[in-house]
Amino acid sequence: MTPVFLVRRLGLLAAALFGVSLLIFVLLRLLPGDVATIVGGVQATPEQLAVLRERLGTDRPLPVQYAEWAGGVLTGDFGRSMLNGVSVTDELARKLVVTLPLTLTAAVLAVAIAVPLGAYAALRQRAPDGAAVSALGQLGVAVPTFWMGIMLSVVFAVQLRLLPAQGFPADGWAEPGRAAASLVLPVLTLALAQAAVLLRFVRSATLEVLQADFLRTARAKGLTTGAALLRHGLRNAAMPVVSVLGIQIASLIVGAVVVEQAFSLPGVGKMLLADVGNRDLVKVQGTVLLLSGLVLVLGTVIDIVHRLADPRLRDTP
Amino acid sequence: MRLLEVEDLTVRFGDSTVVAGVRLSLGAGERLGLIGESGSGKTLTALAVAGLLPPGAAVTGSVRFEGSELLGRRERAIAPLRGAGIGFVFQEPLTALNPLMRIGAQIGEPLRIHRGLSRRAARGAAAELAARVGLPDPERIVRAYPHQLSGGQRQRVGIAIAIAARPALIVADEPTTALDVTVQAEILRLLTALVEEEGSALLFISHDLAVVAQVSRRLAVMRAGRVVEEGPTLDVLRDPREPYTRQLVAAARATSWNPQETPS
Ligand SMILES: Nc1ncnc2c1ncn2[C@@H]1O[C@H](COP(=O)(O)OP(=O)(O)OP(=O)(O)O)[C@@H](O)[C@H]1O
Ligand SMILES: [Mg+2]
Repeated sequence: MTPVFLVRRLGLLAAALFGVSLLIFVLLRLLPGDVATIVGGVQATPEQLAVLRERLGTDRPLPVQYAEWAGGVLTGDFGRSMLNGVSVTDELARKLVVTLPLTLTAAVLAVAIAVPLGAYAALRQRAPDGAAVSALGQLGVAVPTFWMGIMLSVVFAVQLRLLPAQGFPADGWAEPGRAAASLVLPVLTLALAQAAVLLRFVRSATLEVLQADFLRTARAKGLTTGAALLRHGLRNAAMPVVSVLGIQIASLIVGAVVVEQAFSLPGVGKMLLADVGNRDLVKVQGTVLLLSGLVLVLGTVIDIVHRLADPRLRDTP
Repeated sequence: MRLLEVEDLTVRFGDSTVVAGVRLSLGAGERLGLIGESGSGKTLTALAVAGLLPPGAAVTGSVRFEGSELLGRRERAIAPLRGAGIGFVFQEPLTALNPLMRIGAQIGEPLRIHRGLSRRAARGAAAELAARVGLPDPERIVRAYPHQLSGGQRQRVGIAIAIAARPALIVADEPTTALDVTVQAEILRLLTALVEEEGSALLFISHDLAVVAQVSRRLAVMRAGRVVEEGPTLDVLRDPREPYTRQLVAAARATSWNPQETPS
């Protein structure tokens, strides 16, 4: 990998983060509704509202508000909630304790499910079981995440009583066992939804590799089809899958918001939906920036990994 | 005992028969040119010999290599013959190589498979093979990746892979078709020289009469899945019996090529 590429890629990331922060800020200011009317209540007089706006800082020019917010974010300070004055950074940290384990475990599980199943579906393309696996994947893509979550709760929590259906311990990870148990169904829901999408890509990447000329060369050297696939196919099939992973991070995070709502988990996503309702702009913009920043950063990391793994990309500037 | 005896070889994809009762025979050290228009079944015939047909192909007939029947054997039983008994050179040198693997590892792989060479030893052997096929700066080129090589260099790699484990038969499927005209002649010379040195037999596939005539004294002409004519190259060229072969010769003459210049 050339240093030029690294500098350019990181420059691109910085520009994208800046653009996204600006976009979030402007779009939220275009939303109808005003936090002052929510804090002040419906009976507040225009004078009281003006005082409130001055205290909240929403009466100042937008560029000043943006500069203050962005400057704070750069030092790790996401500002204070307009509704109750708590530090947004602290709130995010509290919620990430739920959201990060949820998404990371789901992502790992999704890959662990999709890669072997997708490869199997490709290898057994002509057999009934291979076709069944593909069909199951299609079904998984079609089923809405929210509904899948409810179905899993009905079966495992309500009928089998194996796992908690809702919520998360109020004391967080103080009792790791209980906290983990309450994440099992949400993780499963999110992972299955992601795995279904990923499975299709793994399957098509494997099919492509299966008919690649170099796989025939590998067999012509004396390898059996299985050995050729392991030694030459896997890495080649992994390349397109890795780039899809980079794109899928966004849908993983959107999925997390849905799943937190479905299982009423006190995570970033659930908080975000509540804050939008309250027009708590500072909290909303901080949360959205964090989530989109996560998508952009992870996307960049995957892009760089992809480059390192593929010698053809490594040589291009 | 002939080195390779193919009898009544038939390949079908569903209802369409693409190779229909092909008969070929090659003795140790012999060369045979297999010629025919595009789609006549040359590649599938060659692939069928070593069990390399794509999925969906149904094959019947008989393929005997060094006296033992290969058709109907499990892949596990045929794979050890590939590379060690029968080496392949393919048409597209770029796609035939693994884009993510270093040249040295790819050249050395047959030796790792069949001789159990260590990674280190295989790399050393790969550099020697790279030198033998005329690749420049072998020590450096074995660390390169396929995309860093020219088309001609890639086909030299393909030839090095084919001869690595010193097979008794080399099958070359249009090894020069994808190359520039200037490079074609060099690759052809290299291939014939190495086959000569190794004493291997050669099944050389092409749709170009002029090219086949340079390589082989014996010729088989395929059309629509069948061998329509077979015999000494010069006889076939001077006195083509089948109308199709006559067309081929006429076409070759039209491009100012003279069969009298062929070595006999
Ligand atoms: N996987 C496949 N499925 C169905 N038909 C196939 C398949 N592979 C080849 N064929 C058909 O078999 C016939 C013979 O193909 P083959 O590749 O052996 O021709 P060829 O003589 O090598 O031609 P060329 O000079 O173009 O390489 C062609 O008509 C082709 O369409
Ligand atoms: Mg062909």
